[in-house]
Amino acid sequence: MATAPVIAFDEVSLAFDDKVILDRVSFALAPGDMKIILGASGAGKSTILRLILGLLKPDGGQIFVDGHRIDSMAEADLMQIRVNLGMVFQEGALFDSLTVRENVGYRLFEETSMPIADVDRRVDEVLGYVGLGEYRDRMPSELSGGQRRRVAIARALTSKPRILLYDEPTTGLDPITALTIDAEIIKLRDLEHVSSIIVTHQLRDAFYIATHQAVGQAGALQFVSARPDRAAQVVFLMLKDGKIAFEGSAEALRQSTDEYLRTFLS
Amino acid sequence: MPGVNGLLKRAVLEVQEYMHLLSVIGRSLVTRPLYLRDMVEQLDSIGLGSLTVVLLTGTFTGLVLALQMGVSLDQFGARSMVGRIVSASMVRELGPVLTALMVTGRVGSGIAAELGSMMVTEQIAALRSLGTDPIRKLVVPRVVAGTVMLPVLTIISDAMGIGGGAVISRTQLKIAGSVYWNNVVQGLYSQDLWMGLIKPVVLGFVLVTIACHVGMRTKGGTQGVGRATTNAVVAGSVAVLAVDFLVTKFLIAVIY
Repeated sequence: MATAPVIAFDEVSLAFDDKVILDRVSFALAPGDMKIILGASGAGKSTILRLILGLLKPDGGQIFVDGHRIDSMAEADLMQIRVNLGMVFQEGALFDSLTVRENVGYRLFEETSMPIADVDRRVDEVLGYVGLGEYRDRMPSELSGGQRRRVAIARALTSKPRILLYDEPTTGLDPITALTIDAEIIKLRDLEHVSSIIVTHQLRDAFYIATHQAVGQAGALQFVSARPDRAAQVVFLMLKDGKIAFEGSAEALRQSTDEYLRTFLS
Repeated sequence: MPGVNGLLKRAVLEVQEYMHLLSVIGRSLVTRPLYLRDMVEQLDSIGLGSLTVVLLTGTFTGLVLALQMGVSLDQFGARSMVGRIVSASMVRELGPVLTALMVTGRVGSGIAAELGSMMVTEQIAALRSLGTDPIRKLVVPRVVAGTVMLPVLTIISDAMGIGGGAVISRTQLKIAGSVYWNNVVQGLYSQDLWMGLIKPVVLGFVLVTIACHVGMRTKGGTQGVGRATTNAVVAGSVAVLAVDFLVTKFLIAVIY
């Protein structure tokens, strides 16, 4: 069944001054699928997420989100596109002058005319989803690193986006806390069928997300080894020198004989 | 010489970016959405927050001005004229400029540090990803508040300065209160009042837009935030003095 991709890059290029970040990069993300983008620091991983959000403009090529071409779109029109995109920034990027509740409900409070009671209900719902219901009146500075990421995930979820972008969601967290973030990401993919792109260089988390799936329902959720059809929905992209050096499943990545990939994985 | 070229290029780029910011601010002022709640918050924080420092600056300027002028005017036997000099210099020049400089130090640095740290912690990018234009949400309220509040603060500073002059005239220079106040009124023409009101509007706009511009271009972590704060104060103060000169020149040509 061929469905239109939710995100498509067509020969996208970008350079900062003389440094080439992306060199005619093309890929497509189908609805419900997941892409995990790997690469060394400064390889342009986060840049891809910024391009999707329209925070940066490419030098060349075309970018489509939900079928709309966004690389030449005006900022005002991009705001409409961004409603369908949730972004989890590195370190969370929570607004530190606002409480958890105000952070999570930010878009609904500020950019919609939704009644406050309805916003609060939605905020409680998403905070419950990431298991931080009792933290709604805390300030971001009172939270731990892992909690801050989960609040950032909750904030990205508030307006029910169909696409989630994660920028290094587990970097700087201890392995146990990182697993709770991985679990949220898997839950959103398998239970809510959100399409997602993850940028990371935490291989352990990347492989865990790619090879596990969530079964059951909220409350009695289990994470088991992914069935082959589910595993096929997760595709790894490896960026090197502005180009995609590898594209394929977790299994293919593990078995790759390419020297650079082997060094990266070891 | 690539060094000179590079510097020139950077300066031109900076001016171009600043002009671009001004045009975006202009457009955002006349189109929706306007974040009124943020505007009120900024009016409070920029206006009320700067009150103490402005009260003190105005008072001490008036005190020292009267003392100095008392000595100078004695050489001409014109001690009684001190009220004229105090009122004219406070209203036309010292009130607007010193208030603007103090507000640059207090508010300009604060704005650059706040926007700068929001920039380096990706909070500005997060705002945009959540559908909010950071210029409308963060910059416009501060620019409006600065432009509205600086004239108000200047009037307060002028009043404190003239009051301070009165204290010195009575206690040190032994001039009768009626003489001093008569001179204060005689020293002021309606053009002076206009100049004293137009200047702070321009200076308030300039100092806040420069601080916002510097803050929004912050790069390079906490070190970058520190640099941005310093730059906002230095560039803001120099711009206040330079723009003050230009506005004075313009107003003298036009309204006097």
